[in-house]
Amino acid sequence: MDPDLTKPWALPEEFLKRTFALINSDKDRNSASLVCKDWYNAERFSRRHVSIRNCYSVSPEIVAARFPGIRSVTLKGKPRFSDFNLVPEDWGADVQSWLSVFAAAYPFLEELRLKRMAVSDESLEYLAMNFHGFKALSLLSCDGFSTIGLEAIVTHCKNLTELDLQENGIDDLGGDWLSYVPENLTSLEVLNFAALDSEVSFDALESLVSRCKSLRVLKVNRKISLDQLRRLIELAPKLTELGTGSFAEDLVSSSVTELESAFSKCRDLHTLSGFWDVTLLYLPVIFPVCGNLTFLNLSYATLGAIELECILTRCKSLRRLWVLDTVGDEGLEMVGSCCPLLEELRVFPADPFNQELGVTESGFLSVSNGCPNLHYVLYFCQRMTNAAVATVAQNCPNFTHFRLCIMSPGEPDYLTNEPMDEAFGAIVKTCPNLRRLSVSGRLTDLAFEYIGNHAKNLETFSVAFAGTSDLGMEYVMRGCPKLRRVEIRDCPFGDNALLSGLAQYESMRSLWMSACNVTTDGCKKLADEMPRLNVEVIKDDGGEDGSADKVYIYRTVAGPRTDAPPFVVTL
Amino acid sequence: METTFRLSGGGGGDGGDYGDDDELELGLGLSLTSAAYAPSSNGALSSQVVGWPPVKTYRMNSLVNQAKFSKNEEEKGVGGNDGSKKKKKNSNKNDEKMVKETGHSGFVKVNMDGLPIGRKVDLNAHDCYETLAQALEIMFLKASSSIRREKQQHSRLLDGSSEFVLTYEDKEGDWMLVGDVPWRMFLGTVKRLRIMKTSDANGLAPRYQEKNQKPKSKQLELRR
Repeated sequence: MDPDLTKPWALPEEFLKRTFALINSDKDRNSASLVCKDWYNAERFSRRHVSIRNCYSVSPEIVAARFPGIRSVTLKGKPRFSDFNLVPEDWGADVQSWLSVFAAAYPFLEELRLKRMAVSDESLEYLAMNFHGFKALSLLSCDGFSTIGLEAIVTHCKNLTELDLQENGIDDLGGDWLSYVPENLTSLEVLNFAALDSEVSFDALESLVSRCKSLRVLKVNRKISLDQLRRLIELAPKLTELGTGSFAEDLVSSSVTELESAFSKCRDLHTLSGFWDVTLLYLPVIFPVCGNLTFLNLSYATLGAIELECILTRCKSLRRLWVLDTVGDEGLEMVGSCCPLLEELRVFPADPFNQELGVTESGFLSVSNGCPNLHYVLYFCQRMTNAAVATVAQNCPNFTHFRLCIMSPGEPDYLTNEPMDEAFGAIVKTCPNLRRLSVSGRLTDLAFEYIGNHAKNLETFSVAFAGTSDLGMEYVMRGCPKLRRVEIRDCPFGDNALLSGLAQYESMRSLWMSACNVTTDGCKKLADEMPRLNVEVIKDDGGEDGSADKVYIYRTVAGPRTDAPPFVVTL
Repeated sequence: METTFRLSGGGGGDGGDYGDDDELELGLGLSLTSAAYAPSSNGALSSQVVGWPPVKTYRMNSLVNQAKFSKNEEEKGVGGNDGSKKKKKNSNKNDEKMVKETGHSGFVKVNMDGLPIGRKVDLNAHDCYETLAQALEIMFLKASSSIRREKQQHSRLLDGSSEFVLTYEDKEGDWMLVGDVPWRMFLGTVKRLRIMKTSDANGLAPRYQEKNQKPKSKQLELRR
């Protein structure tokens, strides 16, 4: 085994294979595969998981050809703005074409995680029938399937360890899909059906929980009462993540003490969610587990400040908190004073169209004062000031994700009536690690100049109803070298702005622009210059000729889409 | 760009006392500001912009469902019966439809002369020209929200009394004056809307209805 002195890196194949098998990070693998042909091959044969963050950037055939040994796939489809109804139905991202190739290439596929893909019942059935060792299915923000597809999955996947359904557009036909799980299935570790509306058979659920001794994540839906939940957690005290059902008082006969006692047995619980219809009465049942919680998701619970205080005073270890703005600025004061270790805060609007309610700059300040480790914030508010955001930045210089949504488009600083330029300027100047930024409020090109000059690590950028001219977008496209995903809507950016990003688009995942001033001519110019991009225009019925109302641009090795619907035109 | 509008009703009203004769100064900036949004009391007006604020549809539906649920609980008292649950289910479906964009059938684009950015309005949120025109006035013309509008008051965009008129492009590509055809027919044929300067819409007659006329309304001659 003498090392060849002319090729010092020519290591034995076996050695390479075993070493590469240990590398889990995709980023590391990507880097390693570029070193030389041997390493490229060692990497591709040993890779077990592939993440395709834009399903149209590559074809399933190319993936299957390069990576023969895949067991786990993550696939993301539609542009993020499809979450907000900006992408027409039937746009694409159908998983079936991937499954068809995978059935032949990866018959031993074990895990499939889909985000924003179109998934039909037929596809779910196809998945269940064609991959015999299939174990884990996770669907996030997908649509096109119903409970019939779920029946197929639970019936045929004999080794199911994970069924995770989050925030999907499921056609809930009821039909008791859970009772299709075979009696001898004991392998389940993760079950999340919180997003389903209809009742499941409680007997089937109880039996399932009781025989799956490795169950660690259980998130039930709103149809499960506290009484039923109690029975479930008594059967599964080793849960690490729990999503409760409804806390509605009229559905409970257990006493608070009995419920509290059940919760107190769950010593491993670190994540709690659910809390539909929760009121002060039954809130104390979770007190025994609060001390260990690191993630508390109250974003479907219309709690006020007092209820929140009750919980938070006991949650000393909390790292992540999601709440509704019903807690108000007072509630956020509680957050600031009770949760010094907090790293992530998301405040969602309970009633986005009601300008009287919600949180303001005051709540934001309170949190930043008490939580210096905050690095991820998503904040929906009706009003904000430049001064407050500047102070928040000073208090929390570690922001990696800063998403501020002032809900009235183009809203200025409500005290000074000035644009919110200085707010975001403060953030990008003070927070060098910023990777994701969503801006809002009235913004001139100055805000974008700040971003372009300072946000050198920015990867994801979302902007709406902002900017004064093409310069705005140009500043960002020219100034931020690490951009991956840019989403723009309702901004006065035209063709020049679009073309200013020419140098970036091939190193980015995608660009979305809608309701801006881009024309099909401009898009055509871009398409001509950059053959490795797909420049797609989504035709709007009411669109003026020549204007490109919705543009989606992304790099691809797969060429133009072959499954594009008639309203998607690749230039 | 400053534009002045008279509040008092011009011709073509159904009668009714407008009360307020004051001239109303409405500034017209080129940038869209928050004043373009109606206060919460008028639910239909508020939800005019597609996909804004950026809250996932799933979450919006969930919250709407919960609001209905707690409302029903209040009404029925503790121990809701089947009746209230059924009611909840039906109203939820309607809310889901309201939140979900129904493709072309609900939302149409609205542009205004002089503004670079158009908006979208949900026609399904209205059942007559008046509310639509009033919604657009608030959206585009920064009509002050403190002025309470009587139901009988006519929008200045419709009665020809202001510097702007509301027009629409129909399925055949012709630009028409809004208000000439029955509302339902309008819904079936409208492709998009435009708030146009009255002076640019040449050959325009004030709103009228003639039973003897051919079904097709008078086409606008546009000065380009």
